[in-house]
Amino acid sequence: MDESIASLDKRIELMRQHMDGMTQIVPWARETGFKVTRVERGQVWGVQPFAEHLVGDVDAQVIHGGAITTLLDNLSGMACAASLEEFRFVATLDLRIDYMRPADSGRDIIGEAECYHVTKSVAFTRAWAYHESRDKVIATAQGAFAINKPRPKASLGVPE
Amino acid sequence: MSETLTRGQQLESFLERVPIVQTLGMRCDIKGDDMTAVLPFQDKLIGNFTIKALHGGAIGTFLEMTAMAQLFLVSDVERPARTINITVDYLRQGRAEDLFARARVIKLGRRMASVTAEAWQSARDKPVAALHGHFLLNRSGEPQS
Repeated sequence: MDESIASLDKRIELMRQHMDGMTQIVPWARETGFKVTRVERGQVWGVQPFAEHLVGDVDAQVIHGGAITTLLDNLSGMACAASLEEFRFVATLDLRIDYMRPADSGRDIIGEAECYHVTKSVAFTRAWAYHESRDKVIATAQGAFAINKPRPKASLGVPE
Repeated sequence: MSETLTRGQQLESFLERVPIVQTLGMRCDIKGDDMTAVLPFQDKLIGNFTIKALHGGAIGTFLEMTAMAQLFLVSDVERPARTINITVDYLRQGRAEDLFARARVIKLGRRMASVTAEAWQSARDKPVAALHGHFLLNRSGEPQS
């Protein structure tokens, strides 16, 4: 195994050890209350618990799409971090979200993101939001992330 | 009751009841069918501590709400529209300052609408983010899918 792969594996291991920390250092993630639940190479899973303060449809008591934007944007960025051979900070260039069906009131939303292609300067992602499985998806997302010059590791919640 | 309220007043009373709007701390400055949304800076809106940047999710939520609010303002539906899809372009880092946004309804159809929105901070011609979205108009008595 070459050195760069080893460092990605090491970073994924660090992300796994700091799943709570990765959202704790992000104030808006703390506000929405989502958690990272699983990290694999190029893939990250998380959960957005139902929360009354995020409701956007008062009559149906359903969480606003913006909470799904937050969840999928953040997980997609983390999927890039779990995919780049060398450590880089990424910034969202654009994110498209399609809403397939409304979320159910009172239920947690699971998010899943993957980074499926990386060039020198851009990483491409797909993401899904659902209650049970991707067969019955609430929303899908497609994103592009700019890969920035090296930054301190602390900016991604991974200690030096 | 809604007979006596202007569209802007209806929008304001609706926004007051929406938890996510209160969580963001967003407000709308409405003059007739013209509206500027304001997101006063708060620490909780930050996404990256080290560079003090606003979270893309907070910016996206704000832009989506701004688009929905503008659509409500210029249409005659009783309930807010439902989002079909949105694309958010992140053009500049959102700094730790107030964020403003304006939206424009590009096409208002019977069932669907196309809306764009743009957010900026110190200068209108230096947008922080831009949104384009399609929305399903919520007409009462018609089935939703």
